[in-house]
Amino acid sequence: MADRPRLAVIGAGPAGLAAALAAAASGVRVTLVDSAPQAGGQFYRQPAAGLAARRSQAPHHHRRTWRRLRTGLDRQLAAGGVTHLADHHVWCVERHTDGFTVHALLGPAQEDGVTVDADAVVLATGGYEKVLPFPGWTLPGVVTAGGAQAMLKGGLVLPGRTVVVAGTGPLLLPVATGLAAAGARVAALVESADPKTLARHARVLSALPAKLAEGAGHAARLLRHRVPVLVGHVVVEAHGGERLDAVTVAALDAGGRVRPGTRRRIACGTLAVGHGMLPHTDLAATLGCRLDGVAVRVDDEQRTDVPGVWAAGEATGVGGADLALAEGHIAGRSAAARLTGRRSEARTWAAARSRAALRAFSAALDAVYAPPAHWAERITGDTLVCRCEEVPASAVRAAVGELGAGDVRTVKLLTRAGMGWCQGRMCAPAVAALAGCPPTPAGTPFARPVPLDVLAGQGPDARTGPPLDAPDGKDSHDD
Amino acid sequence: MNAKELAGARPGPAFTVTFDGREIDALPGQTVAAALWAAGVISWRRTRGAGRPRGVFCGIGVCFDCLVTVNGRPNQRACLVPVRPGDAIRTQEGTGHDG
Ligand SMILES: Cc1cc2nc3c(=O)[nH]c(=O)nc-3n(C[C@H](O)[C@H](O)[C@H](O)COP(=O)(O)OP(=O)(O)OC[C@H]3O[C@@H](n4cnc5c(N)ncnc54)[C@H](O)[C@@H]3O)c2cc1C
Ligand code: FES
Repeated sequence: MADRPRLAVIGAGPAGLAAALAAAASGVRVTLVDSAPQAGGQFYRQPAAGLAARRSQAPHHHRRTWRRLRTGLDRQLAAGGVTHLADHHVWCVERHTDGFTVHALLGPAQEDGVTVDADAVVLATGGYEKVLPFPGWTLPGVVTAGGAQAMLKGGLVLPGRTVVVAGTGPLLLPVATGLAAAGARVAALVESADPKTLARHARVLSALPAKLAEGAGHAARLLRHRVPVLVGHVVVEAHGGERLDAVTVAALDAGGRVRPGTRRRIACGTLAVGHGMLPHTDLAATLGCRLDGVAVRVDDEQRTDVPGVWAAGEATGVGGADLALAEGHIAGRSAAARLTGRRSEARTWAAARSRAALRAFSAALDAVYAPPAHWAERITGDTLVCRCEEVPASAVRAAVGELGAGDVRTVKLLTRAGMGWCQGRMCAPAVAALAGCPPTPAGTPFARPVPLDVLAGQGPDARTGPPLDAPDGKDSHDD
Repeated sequence: MNAKELAGARPGPAFTVTFDGREIDALPGQTVAAALWAAGVISWRRTRGAGRPRGVFCGIGVCFDCLVTVNGRPNQRACLVPVRPGDAIRTQEGTGHDG
């Protein structure tokens, strides 16, 4: 038992759960490390245990899938195949000659450190929501669409009675219907793209009838809750003094600019807004894994280019819970095969076929739900771009125009945009757009802020093995 | 229908915490942010620069907009920290160390 190979899976969302269960089923000992108090990740987020909820809000087939995952996890926990470390925030994964050490901070206070040793690692850290700035986006009452969903699913609370859901992307639909079902008045669903153009991808859609049914279900629920849907519209401004009290929306022309004469004001206490997702890549970056744009690069078996490190789910590119499940399953099986010295034959796995169809589907969604071409022009000079350091767009524009900054890093040095608590996670897309350069991942040295005494305890003397530096002389990240 | 009815929640008895000295009810299992939202409070921080109000933004511990002072400890992420009976939650001004 003791010499069974050990796999650390970081993240207990759909991807991490699927990976952990697949690997454990192949005889690998799995430690599932997750920062949340309960397994499930963003998609299967459950009400906090203390709230003693008996029903999940998820639509039917997702409920079934969740039950299957939950039962599988419970069995493996009982049998000792999987150990679940909840409330463990991983700030760094270190690679050394004979494996990996996962460094985590405990609990919400995140002041005490813990380490987990493993022979291989699956990174299933998911992503977070991208919000592109607009005037008024820092007012209390403006929240991310996913954040409103997370507070609703986990805490069973609503941000306010009247909500506008806005931005772009498929996540807006479940958020609008979820808020409405929980008693909010959804005054409008404002989508900047035109979902009808999805019909151009008929071949991809017909391969996934379940996805079509899911979309139709959301549409029916929007109708039932009488949610007015404005497509080809954007929120141009959020209004309020101490808190949000209204938004102005406007229609876009074919080129993505606001059509004159179409502005109108909608009273609301909450704006739930999102423009897609960004992958969590900091752990991968410190391990030296290569990125493709803003996502971790993986091969057919979900292997990163660092031996012993797999990645799955939104961390490798955003595509929803079903894709995360398929990728996680492949990663878990592949890792188990390598660790136990078996052949993996990944191409023959059913999950590989559904992964291909789901990736094609999410590529089609990406093409349809891109932010409008000229969104950055609508950021006024006094709109804060960096929420943490309170850097207005005018400062970023001056750094680019007058001082010649051509990349996110130079803008950061000149303006402090991206130097605050969130380490650029929120402002990186906007800074890149204003600087006219391609978006790069917000480079953070550690995935979490780390107390100095924990860091001090993790120096070269704290354990046997080489120091924190990346292995093989690889320079871990570019920040 | 509200969110608790929808989820069939039967939480244990509510308990009291204070927000800037005012008593509010909280439910076991909720985060500080969820308890404040349930009480109709959506902002509990003033920024270091312009002193502007902020509350929850990302809801999942990524953005650090929801920082709050709990029992005298500043810079706690309200969307992550569970609320406990008797907690004294205070609006955080600036860095939380400004006196
Ligand atoms: C706030 C939010 C709400 C969402 N709600 C929905 C929804 O209602 N419907 C929908 O279709 N899609 C939703 N999504 C999209 C969702 O991300 C995916 O569809 C799906 O959950 C992705 O699965 P995953 O396993 O890749 O990642 P996730 O489900 O995001 O799981 C990642 C897990 O890793 C953990 N983690 C991350 N970093 C660390 C670390 N350093 N240390 C320890 N643990 C870590 C996280 O706590 C999380 O539990 C939401 C996304 C966000 C950001
Ligand atoms: S709301 Fe973003 S960290 Fe709490």
